Amino acid sequence: MTHNTNKDYTGAKIGMWLFLFTEIILFGGLFVLYSVYLHRYPDEFHLAGQELNVYFGTANTLVLLTSSFSMALSITALQKDNKKLCMILLTITMILACVFLVNKYFEWGAKIHHGIYPDSPALLERPKGEIIFFGLYYVMTGLHGLHVLIGALIIFVVLVLVAKNKVTSSDFVAVENTGLYWHLVDMVWIYLFPLFYLVV
Amino acid sequence: MYAAEEKHIVEFKILFKVLIALFVLTGVTVLAGSVDLGYFSVVVALLIATAKASLVVFFFMHLKYEGGLFKIMVLLAFVILAIFIGFTFFDVAFRTN
Amino acid sequence: MNSSESKTLSFWEDDGRFSGIFSWIFTTDHKRIGILYLYSVLSLFAVGVVIGLLMRLELIAPGSTIVGAQTYNAFFTVHGVIMIFLFVIPSIPASLGNLFLPIQLGAEDVAFPRINLLSWWLYITGLILILISLFTGQGAPDTGWTFYVPFSEYTTTNVNVAVLGVFILGFSSILTGLNFITTIHRMRMPDMKWTQIPLFGWSLYATGWIQVLATPILGITVLLIFVERTLGVGLFDPAKGGDPVLYQHLFWIYSHPAVYIMVVPAMGVVTEIIPVFARKHIFGYKAIALSSLAIAFAGSLVWAHHMFTSGMSDTAVMIFSFLTFIVAIPSAVKVFNWVATLYKGSIVLEPPLLYALAFIFLFSIGGLTGLVVGSAGTDIHVHDTYFVVGHFHYTIFGGTVFGMFGGLHYWFPKIYGKMYNKKVATTAWGILFIGFNVLYFPMLVLGIMGMPRRYFDYLPEYQLWHVVSTVGSWIVAVGLILMFYNLYRGIKKGEPAGKNPWNAATLEWTTLSPPPKLNFLEEPELTRGPYEYKGIEDDAQYQ
Repeated sequence: MTHNTNKDYTGAKIGMWLFLFTEIILFGGLFVLYSVYLHRYPDEFHLAGQELNVYFGTANTLVLLTSSFSMALSITALQKDNKKLCMILLTITMILACVFLVNKYFEWGAKIHHGIYPDSPALLERPKGEIIFFGLYYVMTGLHGLHVLIGALIIFVVLVLVAKNKVTSSDFVAVENTGLYWHLVDMVWIYLFPLFYLVV
Repeated sequence: MYAAEEKHIVEFKILFKVLIALFVLTGVTVLAGSVDLGYFSVVVALLIATAKASLVVFFFMHLKYEGGLFKIMVLLAFVILAIFIGFTFFDVAFRTN
Repeated sequence: MNSSESKTLSFWEDDGRFSGIFSWIFTTDHKRIGILYLYSVLSLFAVGVVIGLLMRLELIAPGSTIVGAQTYNAFFTVHGVIMIFLFVIPSIPASLGNLFLPIQLGAEDVAFPRINLLSWWLYITGLILILISLFTGQGAPDTGWTFYVPFSEYTTTNVNVAVLGVFILGFSSILTGLNFITTIHRMRMPDMKWTQIPLFGWSLYATGWIQVLATPILGITVLLIFVERTLGVGLFDPAKGGDPVLYQHLFWIYSHPAVYIMVVPAMGVVTEIIPVFARKHIFGYKAIALSSLAIAFAGSLVWAHHMFTSGMSDTAVMIFSFLTFIVAIPSAVKVFNWVATLYKGSIVLEPPLLYALAFIFLFSIGGLTGLVVGSAGTDIHVHDTYFVVGHFHYTIFGGTVFGMFGGLHYWFPKIYGKMYNKKVATTAWGILFIGFNVLYFPMLVLGIMGMPRRYFDYLPEYQLWHVVSTVGSWIVAVGLILMFYNLYRGIKKGEPAGKNPWNAATLEWTTLSPPPKLNFLEEPELTRGPYEYKGIEDDAQYQ
C-alpha cells in the first residue's frame, strides 16, 4: 500500500470544533460557579458590578467584535486569492487583540490600585457576595485574557505562514481554524460582558 | 490538494451586516442594563448575548454553511453545558439552610 | 506467507526518518504510539499495585503497622492518582485503541497522527510532574485523589505540582478522544458504513465524546485548586462567601463520566471477544452500539450521587438517585446481549474468553453494589466506607482491567506475531480471579460493618476481614506476576502465530502479524461483516 497524502479539510475542521467544545466546557465550569453565586448574592453582585467601568467594557466588546469581523474577512480574502488583503486583515485582528489587552491592563490596574484584588485586605472587609463577585471577575476575565493573548500569538503564526505561502487559497484550513478559535474567544466575552458590567 | 469538497465563501457584505447587527445588539444590551427589571434583567441580557453569539457562530464561524453533523455537535456541546449548570441548581436552588 | 509478505517490514522494524529510540519517541505511527502507551500505562499499573500492596500490608493489623498516618494518607492519594489518571483512563483507548482502531476501520492511521504523538508526550509530562510532587518539598499530596476543599487548599504537601500534572494528563486524554472521534467519522474505508464498524470502534467513539465534553471540567477544577492555593480567591471558602459543595459538583461533573471513560472501552473489548469465541454473530449489534452512546449520555446526568451526604439539598439527593438507576439500563442491555451471544454458541474456552467472562461476573457484582450506593437511603450508611472501595474496585479492576487483560490476550498474537502459553495463561487467570474476590469481597462486608475508608487504624472487630483481604492482595500479586511473565515469555519465545489464530472476522485479522507500517499490504476489501464467521477458515483474506 502506498501512503495516502491527501489532506482532509473536513476532518481538520471537525478536529478544531471538537477542541472548541473543550474550551466552551472549560469556561463553562466557571459559568456554573457564576450562575450559582449570582443566584445566591443578587444584591451584592449588582452593587459590585456598578464599580466596573461600563465604558471600558463596552469599548472592549466593540473592539473584540470588530476583530472577529476582520478575522472572518481575512478568510474570505484568502479564499478569493487576495493574499495581501488577508495579511492586512490578520494584522488588524492582532492589533485589535492588543488594544483589548491594553484596555484590560488599565482596568485591572485601576482596581488593583484601589486595593481590590484576590485576598486583599480591602476586599475582605466587604460583604461576601462582593468578594465572590470580584473573585469571579479576576478568574474569568483573567482566563479569557490569557486566551486572547494565545489567540493573538496563533494569528501571528498563521500570518507568517500565509506570507510564506504555506497557507494558500487552495489550502486555507489553518486560517479558518484560527478564525474558529478567535470567534470562540469573542463569544466568551459576549457572555462575560453583560454578566459583569451590566448586572442590574 | 483537497478532495473535491465545497468551500463556502462568506461575502464581505454579509459579514459587514452581521457586524452592524452585533453593534446594534451591543447598544441594546447596554441600554437594557440601565433598566431595572429585577430577575428578568439577567434573562434579557442572556437572550441578547445568545442572539449575538448565534450571529458569530452561524456567520463568522460558517456554521450556517456547514452540514448537519456540525450543527448537531455544536448543539450537543451547549446542551451538555446547560445540563451541568441546570442540574447543579437542583442542589443550589433548594437548599433549606 | 508469499514473497511480498516475507519481505515486508513489520511496524516494529520499520523505523522511518529517525533511528533507535528516536524512531519510537518521535513516531507518528499509531501502532508505535499504542506500544509506547501500553508499556507506559502497564509500568504505572505496577507502581500502583505496589502501593496498593503496601496499603494492604499496613491494614493487616490495627494501629500503625508499617507506616504512620501521614504516609498512609499519601499512599492512598498517590495510589488513586496513579491508578486513575496514569493507568485506567488512558489504558484501553490509548494502547489497544491506538493499536487497532485504524486497522479495524481499514485505515492507514488516525486522523491526526502528530496530535496522537503530542498526546503521549503530554502523558509523559504529566507523569513527570506527578513524580516530582512525590519527592520534593513537603512530599506527596495527602488529600485523596479527589482533592476536596478545604483541606486541599491549605495542606502544605505538593498539591500545586500534582494538580498541574493532572491538568496536563486531562489534556492528553482530550486529544486522544478528539482524534478517535474524527478518525471514526473520516477515516473509515470507503465501503464501511456506520453499521459495519466493529463494536470496539463504537465504544471508542462514545468514550471519545465523554473525553472531549467532560474532561475540561476537570481542567477548570484543578486550575481552581491551584488558583485558590496561590491567590486565595475564596470561591470555595465560606469565610469569603464561597461554597465548598460547589467544588464537589465541579469535581464529580467530570469524575463520574470518567468512570465511563474507564469502562466503556473495556465493554467494547468484551464485545469483540465474545462472538469470536462463541463462533456466533453478536446478538443485537445496534442495541450494543446505541447502548454505548446511551451510557455516555446518561452517565453525564448523575454526578451528584457521590454527594448524597455532602449537605446538598434533599431535592438534589432524590433527583440524582432516581437518575442513577437509568444508567444501569444500557449497561444491562450489553450484559444481556453478551449472554445471548454465548447461548447456543460453539464455545471455544481460550484465555481471552476467560477474561471476558470474568468481566461479566465481576462487573455485574460491581454494578449490583452500585445500586446500593446509588440509592440515597442505603448510601447514607455505606458512604465513605469500605463498601464503596469494594464497589469501585469490582467495577474498575474487575471490569476495566480484566477487560484490558482480555484484550491483551486476544490481540497479543497480532501485536507480536507470536502466541503465549495458553495453559499458563489460564492458570494465571484462575489465580487472579480467586485472588481478586478474596481481596475485594471482604471490603463489601467491612463496609456494611462500618469500617471507614482512608483510615489506617481500626477497631479490633474489623481485623479478620482485613487479614483475609490482605492475603487476597498477595494472591492477586502472584497472579499478576505469572500473567505478565507468561506474556513476556511469549514475546521472547512464543510459537509464531499466523494472521488469524482465533478465526476472527474484523479487519485486523486480514493483515500480517505483526502488521506492517501502513497496516495492510494492499487496500483492504470489506467482504464480510465484523462478526460473520461462516466460511472464514476458507477465506483467503483471513488466512
